[in-house]
Amino acid sequence: MELVLVNLIDGLVTGLLLFMLSAGLTLIFSMMGVLNFAHASFYMLGAYFAFQISLALGFWMGLLIAPIIVGVLGAGVERYGLRRVHQYGHVPELIFTFGLALLIEELVQFLWGKNQMAYNIPDVLNFTAFAIAGNSIPAYKIFMIFISVAIFIGLLYVLTRTRVGMIIQAALNYPKTVEALGHNVPLIFMGVFGVGTALAGVAGVIAGPVLGTFPGMAFVLGSIVFVTIVIGGLGSLWGALVASLLIGWITTFAKSYNLAMSDVLNAIGIATPENLADNVFRDLWTVTSPQIADILPYILMVLILIFRPYGLLGNRDA
Amino acid sequence: MRKSMKLGLGAVLALTVSSAAVTADTIKVAFIDPLSGPFASTGTNGLHQFEFAADYMINQNGGVLEGDMFEVIGFDNKISPKESLIQLQVAIDQGIRFIAQGNSSGVANAITEAVNKHNKRNPDDRVLFLNYAAVDPALTNDKCNFWHFRFDANADIKMDALTDVMAADESIKKVYVIGQDYSFGKAVAAAAVANLTAKRPDIEIVGNELHPIGKVKDFTPYSRKIVASGADAVITGNWGSDMLGLGKSVIENGYTGPIYTYYAAGSGITGAFGETGKGVIRLVGEGQINPPVSDAASDYYNAFKVKFPDGNVDQPRISNVIGMLAQAINAAGTADDVVAIATALEGMEYDGIFGSKIFMRPNDHQAIQDVHISAHTNEGVTFTYDGSDYGTVTETTVSMAAMDSTSTCDMQRP
Amino acid sequence: MSDTAKTTASPQRAGAMSLTLGPWIVAALLLLVLPFIFDNNSSITIMNQMWITVIFALAYNMLLGQGGMLSFGHAVYMGMGGFLCMHVMNYVEDFGIALPLPVLPLFGGLFGMGFAMLIGAISTSGAGTRFAMISLGVGELVAACSVIIVAFFGGEEGISGDRTYGLPFFGIEFLKQIEVYYLISFWLMLSAALMYLFSRTPVGRMANAVRDNPERAQFLGYSSRWVRFYSFMASGFFCGIAGGLFAINYEILTEENLNTSSSGIILLVTFLGGVGFFFGPIIGAIAFTLLQTVLSLKTELWAFYAGALFLATVMYFPGGLAGLIMMHVPAFKFRNAGKLVMPYVKTLIPGLITVLGIAALVEMIFHYRHASVGDDEMTIFWTTFDSHSVVPWVIVTVITAIASYITKTTAPDLKEAWGDANTPPTTGGDA
Repeated sequence: MELVLVNLIDGLVTGLLLFMLSAGLTLIFSMMGVLNFAHASFYMLGAYFAFQISLALGFWMGLLIAPIIVGVLGAGVERYGLRRVHQYGHVPELIFTFGLALLIEELVQFLWGKNQMAYNIPDVLNFTAFAIAGNSIPAYKIFMIFISVAIFIGLLYVLTRTRVGMIIQAALNYPKTVEALGHNVPLIFMGVFGVGTALAGVAGVIAGPVLGTFPGMAFVLGSIVFVTIVIGGLGSLWGALVASLLIGWITTFAKSYNLAMSDVLNAIGIATPENLADNVFRDLWTVTSPQIADILPYILMVLILIFRPYGLLGNRDA
Repeated sequence: MRKSMKLGLGAVLALTVSSAAVTADTIKVAFIDPLSGPFASTGTNGLHQFEFAADYMINQNGGVLEGDMFEVIGFDNKISPKESLIQLQVAIDQGIRFIAQGNSSGVANAITEAVNKHNKRNPDDRVLFLNYAAVDPALTNDKCNFWHFRFDANADIKMDALTDVMAADESIKKVYVIGQDYSFGKAVAAAAVANLTAKRPDIEIVGNELHPIGKVKDFTPYSRKIVASGADAVITGNWGSDMLGLGKSVIENGYTGPIYTYYAAGSGITGAFGETGKGVIRLVGEGQINPPVSDAASDYYNAFKVKFPDGNVDQPRISNVIGMLAQAINAAGTADDVVAIATALEGMEYDGIFGSKIFMRPNDHQAIQDVHISAHTNEGVTFTYDGSDYGTVTETTVSMAAMDSTSTCDMQRP
Repeated sequence: MSDTAKTTASPQRAGAMSLTLGPWIVAALLLLVLPFIFDNNSSITIMNQMWITVIFALAYNMLLGQGGMLSFGHAVYMGMGGFLCMHVMNYVEDFGIALPLPVLPLFGGLFGMGFAMLIGAISTSGAGTRFAMISLGVGELVAACSVIIVAFFGGEEGISGDRTYGLPFFGIEFLKQIEVYYLISFWLMLSAALMYLFSRTPVGRMANAVRDNPERAQFLGYSSRWVRFYSFMASGFFCGIAGGLFAINYEILTEENLNTSSSGIILLVTFLGGVGFFFGPIIGAIAFTLLQTVLSLKTELWAFYAGALFLATVMYFPGGLAGLIMMHVPAFKFRNAGKLVMPYVKTLIPGLITVLGIAALVEMIFHYRHASVGDDEMTIFWTTFDSHSVVPWVIVTVITAIASYITKTTAPDLKEAWGDANTPPTTGGDA
C-alpha cells in the first residue's frame, strides 16, 4: 500500500514536468495552429544553458537566467523565422520547426560535444526528504513539484485575472477581431511563443540533473508533448494539466506493476493456448505492462480522437 | 529539368568515386559506426581509438609487409542497418577489404549477413568483418560465418565471469535483472539467470524485466521496484543514456548494493556518475586499465592522451584488432587475399598490450581472453575517464574466460 | 476546425506537367543509361536507395500535396509492405514455390493497401490536426510493436532473407546489384506513371478539391471522407511497393523502417522537393539521398547542413526545389529568360561562394575544436592547410565577406531583372 503512495508522488513529478512543457505548447498551438516540433529542443537548450551557467555561477543563477535566454531565443525564432513562414500556411510552419529541431540538436552537439554532461543536483537539495517503507523521496523531487505548481498558479493568474491574459485568451479564438480592436496581435504571438519556450526552458533546467543532459534528450521526449495537449484539449490550460497528470500516473503505475497480458486475458475468460511457443500470437501473450507503458498515452490519444475529438477539456475540434 | 538534376547527381557521384582511387601501399580499414546522431559519442571515440592504434602500433613502427601503412576511414552509419549496408558497399567499392563495426548488435547482424552474401556473390573482392564490440552471442553461434571475427568477449562469456565473482560473494542472496528490450538485453538476462541458478542455486532472482530501449525518460518506477524487492545486487546490460538513467535513479531512490554491468565507463558516463557511482558500479570487460599492467600499456595510454586529451581508451580491445590484423597480414604475406588472412587469424595467439593473451578460437571466431571485473572509483586510478577524477580499477580477473565453452557454430569455410 | 494541412504551398497547376509522353521517355532512357555512366556498385546502390525513396516520396505526396493530409506515421505502410515481402521471400525459399522475384513488390503493395484501409477507416474521418495526430499515434504504436512482436517483426534485429533463392526470372538470378537496379527502375516507372494517372482520375481531382475546400466539395455531392479514404488507400499501396523493393534491395527489414524518424524524414524529403508539383518529391528524394549518403561521407556535420537547408527552403522557397524551378516557366514563356542569365551569374556565383565560405568556416571551427592534438592539417575543397594558423582563417573570411558584399550589391539588379523578365504581368512567378 505504501508503494501506491510512492508511485503517486513519482507520477506527480513526471506529470508536472510534462505540464511545464505542454502548458506553453498548448497556448502556442491553439493560437498559431503550429505543431511546434522544436518545443522539446528548447527544453534541451534550457538544460544546457543552465549547466553552463551553473559551472560559473551555481545552480540557482542557472535556474534564473537560462529560461530567460531560452525565452528570448524563442521570441526571436517567432519574430524572424515563424512570422515569415506563417504567410505560407501551416505545413511550411511545421517543416520550419522540424528543421529547427534538427538544427538545434546539431548546434548543441557542435558546442558541447556528444557526451553526457555532468550537470548535477545542487548540494543543498541533494538529500532524502523522507522515506516511505524504505523508498526514499529525494528533496529535489519535492522542489520540482513546488516549482511546477508555482508556475501553474502564476500562469492561471495571468491568464484569467489580468488584462494581458484576457487579450491572449481572446486572441486564441478570434485573432482577427482582437487585431481589429487595436491590439498588436503579432506582438502577443511573439510574447506567448517566448513565454512558452521559456517554460520549456525551466522544465529543462530542473529536469536536466535527474533525467540526464545529453544531445538526445529532446528526441527521447519526442512527441509525447503533442499527445498531452491533444488529450487535454487544444488551448486549455486545465486540460494540459489533467492530461499531464493522467499520463504521468498511467505510465508510472504501468511500469511499477508487472501486469502480464496473459493474466488479463485469463481473467476475462480466455485460456492460455497449450503450446505457447509455437503460437503466432505468443508475443502478445507475454507482453507485460512495463513493456508497453510508454505507448499507452498514444493509445489513449487515438481513442480520444475517435470518441471525443475536442479532447478532455477542450472546446475546439482538433 | 529532370535531366539536369540527374546530371548534377552524376557529377556528385563521380566526385565521390574519383576520390576513392586506391593507392597500392595503404591498407584501409573501414570503420562503420555512428558518427552523427544520438550515439555519435561512442562511435567517434571508437574511431579515435582505431586511428590512434593504427598510427601508434603499425605506422610508427614501419607498417606491415614491406612498409604498407594502415589507414582507418570513418563511415557514418547513423546506427541504421540500411545506411550501414550502403556505406559497406561504398567501402567495398573503394577497395577496402577490412570492415570494423561494433555499436549495436542489430547493425552487426545486418553487416555479417551482407558480408556473407557479398563474399559468396563476388568472390573477386571479398571482405572481412572485424567485429570489435557487438556482443550478441548469436554472432558466433547460430549466425556465425567465416568472414566474421569477434574481438570482444561475448555477452555469455562476460556473464560467466561476472557470475563467478557474484557467486563467491556470500552476502548476495537476492538479485534483480533488468535490461533493454532487444536481443542483447534478452541475452544478458537469459545468461544471468542460467549462470546464477547453476552456480548458486540459493540465490533468488527477485526480478527479471525488460524496458523499452532508448525510450525511458524516467527510471524512477523501475528503481522503486528494485528497492522494494530487497535486492542485494542488480545486473543490467544497459548502455548509453539508459545506463546512466537507470544507475542514477536506482542510487537516488535508496538502493545501496552493487550494480553489475557491462557498459558504464567512458563516453561521459564515468564523469556523469562521479561520486554517486562510487562503491556501486561494478563493470565486466576485457583489458585492464588500472592499475596499469606494464610500461608499454602506460606509454600507449599516455600517447593516446597526448593526441586526444578529451578522449578515453575505454575499448582496449581495439588495439588487439589492429595488432592481430597486422600479424595476420604479415603471416599471410598479403593484404589482398582475405581468405589467407582469415585463415591466419583463425587460432592466432596474440599478446595484447593491456595484459592479456588473446586466442582467436577457430571453430567460432570468438576471441578468448582475460576478463576483468572492475570498480568505478577515484582511488588508485592512474588513468581517469572523461576528465573527471574517476576511472575503473580491476578487482578480479578471470583468465582466458570460457576457453572451453561450446558453440553451436557450424563454420562453412570457402 | 484547425486547418493544419489544408493550404499547401502552391496549388497543383493543371498543365504544369502536360500529358505528353516526352518527359516520361526521357526519364526512362535516363534510368536505362545511368548505370553505364556510373558503373561501380556503390553508385548503383545509392541510386537504388534513391529510386526507392522516390516511390515512397511520390506516394507520400499523394496525401500531402494532392490530398492536403499531413501524415506523421507513413513509414508504417512502407515498412509493413516490406516486412510482408520479406516473409513471402522466406516462404518461397522454404517451400520452393514458383514465384518470380519481380512480382514480389505487388504483395507488399497489397498488404500496404490493406493496412491503410484498416487505419484509414478511422483516421480519414477528419483532415487537419485530427488526421495528423491519429497517424502519429498509429505510427508510434506500430513502431513500438515492432520490438515487442518478435514473431512478425523479428525484434530489434529485424528479419532478413535471400533474394537469390527464388526461381531465376528469365535466367536472371538477381545476384548482382545491377539486376536489382533494373528491377527497381521498372517498378519506379510503373508506379510513377500509375500515380500520375491517379492524379488525373476523378478521385485524384476530387482529392484536390477536398484539400482546398472540403465544405464546397461536400455541397457538390462528394463525400470528402471517401475521397480521402481512396487517396489514403492508393498511397498505402505505393508505399507498400516501395517497401517490397526495399526488401529486395537490402534483404533485411528492421525497426528502423517503421519508426517515427523515417516518417519524419519522408515528410522533409517531400517538402524539400516541393509538394505543389508531381515531380517535386522526385527532386526531393534525389537531393536528400545525396545529402544523407554522399555528403555524410565528406563531413560529420551533414545533418547540420541538412537542417540549415530545410530552414532556408521553407523560409525562402516554400514551393520547394520544384517550385524554384517552376518559377522560371513564365520567363521562358515570354522568351525573356535570356535577360536573367547575366544577373544570375552576377549574384548567384558570389552567393554560392558566400555559402561555401560559411560552410568552410564552420568546418574549420569544428576541426579546430574537435581534431586530435597535433592533427592541424585539414582539407576542404581540395585544399590542404593548417587549421591552427591565422592565414587560412583570414583568407576564408575575406573571400566570404567580399562574396557576400557582391551578392548584396547585385541583388537589387537581379530583382529588377526578375521583374523585367516576368512582364507582362503574371501570377506565375510569385511562389
